[in-house]
Amino acid sequence: MKEITYTITDPNGIHARPAGLLVKTLKTFESKVTVFKGDKNADMKKLLALMGMGIKQNDTITVHVEGADEDACAAELEKALKENF
Amino acid sequence: MQVATGKSVLNGIAIGKIKVYTPPKVTISEDLIEDIETELKRFDAAREKAITQQNALYEKAVIDAGEDSAEVFSVHAMMLEDDDLIDATKEIIKNQKHNAEYATKIAFNNQAKVFAEMDDPYMKERSADIYDIEQAVLNVLFGIDPESMQGKEPAILVANDLTPSETVRLDKSLLLGIITRQGSLNSHTAILARSMGIPALVQCGEVQSKWDGKTAIIDGYNSCVYIDPTEDLMASLKAKQDNEKKQKALLQELKGQSNTTIDGKTIKVYANIGGPSDIGLVQQNDAGGVGLFRSEFVYLNAKDYPSEDEQFNAYRLAVEALAPKQVIIRTCDIGADKQVGYMGMHKEDNPAMGCRAIRLCLTRRDFFKTQLRALLRAASYGNLGIMFPMIISTRELHECKELLAECTKELNARGITVGNYSIGVMIETPAAVMIADELAEECDFFSIGTNDLTQYTLAIDRQNASLDPFLDTHHPAVLREIQMTIDAGHRHGTWVGICGELGADLSLTETFLRMGVDELSVNPVSVLPLRKTIRGINLKKEK
Repeated sequence: MKEITYTITDPNGIHARPAGLLVKTLKTFESKVTVFKGDKNADMKKLLALMGMGIKQNDTITVHVEGADEDACAAELEKALKENF
Repeated sequence: MQVATGKSVLNGIAIGKIKVYTPPKVTISEDLIEDIETELKRFDAAREKAITQQNALYEKAVIDAGEDSAEVFSVHAMMLEDDDLIDATKEIIKNQKHNAEYATKIAFNNQAKVFAEMDDPYMKERSADIYDIEQAVLNVLFGIDPESMQGKEPAILVANDLTPSETVRLDKSLLLGIITRQGSLNSHTAILARSMGIPALVQCGEVQSKWDGKTAIIDGYNSCVYIDPTEDLMASLKAKQDNEKKQKALLQELKGQSNTTIDGKTIKVYANIGGPSDIGLVQQNDAGGVGLFRSEFVYLNAKDYPSEDEQFNAYRLAVEALAPKQVIIRTCDIGADKQVGYMGMHKEDNPAMGCRAIRLCLTRRDFFKTQLRALLRAASYGNLGIMFPMIISTRELHECKELLAECTKELNARGITVGNYSIGVMIETPAAVMIADELAEECDFFSIGTNDLTQYTLAIDRQNASLDPFLDTHHPAVLREIQMTIDAGHRHGTWVGICGELGADLSLTETFLRMGVDELSVNPVSVLPLRKTIRGINLKKEK
């Protein structure tokens, strides 16, 4: 399993459209991707669940990536987070 | 004639027949079903068709309203592919044996509620997106074609509410205006209407279905709609609409052009505004910046002293939205003639010469400093000018600058850095004209307020119509004062503008240019006519 910790810098937090594009990217991988914030967690491959986390600027999230292609998936996720969130 | 009011999305006039837009009444059966497989397939097919439709709406909206406004539809398409939402709907079909329509309604409503209950206002609004895609799926299931509800004639559409999908689907060539009972100024529908340039009223509680077929006028400037308007009203608003069209044609011709005379002299043409809601007008009329942003709105619209944060948000909005254009904000210009209950101002016999503007601010320093801190915080978001009204002495300007320094220190102590800004003085008293040289040494720009300057120079109350025979708005005394101010400013490298009504007086434009004025700041709608006048002037030609 790979673990990524990231603090959101975008003033909008995780908004619908970039979140939707992120979900699309993640869906191309087999790995299971789970996002944690505080005591809440969600399947990051599901747009509405991800939006329901209400992730805002300055929130720190932890993401677990687990599966056959976890290395590639985690690398892609990290890149997407840095670029858009 | 009937008049109904609402909130206006766009300053504009729409005239035409009303078409009441009523979605067909459908009832969703709650009967239990036998054939689960068929219902699952119906749901899948409807969902896929809805996705195709949302993607097509995205393409249409990009053309009609631009990429930013169109994004909502690509989000809708992505939401329709959400596994949780699909599973929830299918569970209801499979386990509770309900039909596809019922299952869609329950599952999508539940998701909408999740968003509606979130704290974040942005996420709260997403519930509208879920209701929109729910409607899209139901329309496919019921075989409803939303386009057919618009009618075939150009019309003002009246509806209870419109979803973003409905708004974009509308045939723009047949859409004169929109009136809805619900909705908000920040809803997607309002934003779409604004970017498509369609006059629209939202939250118009008096909407009635019997308006169907009646003639109506939406007056976006006054946030109202007239049903069966009188002939006089029709004529005057028709004239206003024609004027709008002329303005639009002028805009096409002059947008992006410089304010340059035939012989090559260029000046700045800025706009005067009364609040952040006028920002759109500044952009629509292609003004080079804001030469006078009256900050009174923050006080007059409030029930109590507005906080630093409230003011900061309003100033920042304007400064940020218009950056890198300059935005000159005039500090509080309130006096005994403008009643603000919570300020508890004393009644004065002669308010025009009383405790107003900078005098009030330097008397009530805590109140003034709140505004200055809010302004200083806004400075880092763009190109800000801070301008002080009613200055009659260098001492007053010194005190203002000392307070700015004090406020900067206080902000620094709070960890806030203050960006660059320029300082200006309003020249609106004969005293300021006489000491313009001294003032010019201490500031970056002057802006001549011709209304007050005329009143104080001629000792004529502008509000008193019986004095009109004595009032010469082109009085040589005032024109000479303007010349003196420009010359004094230029001796010290201070640029000089005019922000009073005379600035928009096209019969004086050439005179001002010959005097050497650097900027004219006028009502947003006067910007383009002024540009046209400037471009027709040749200063090399003998007058």
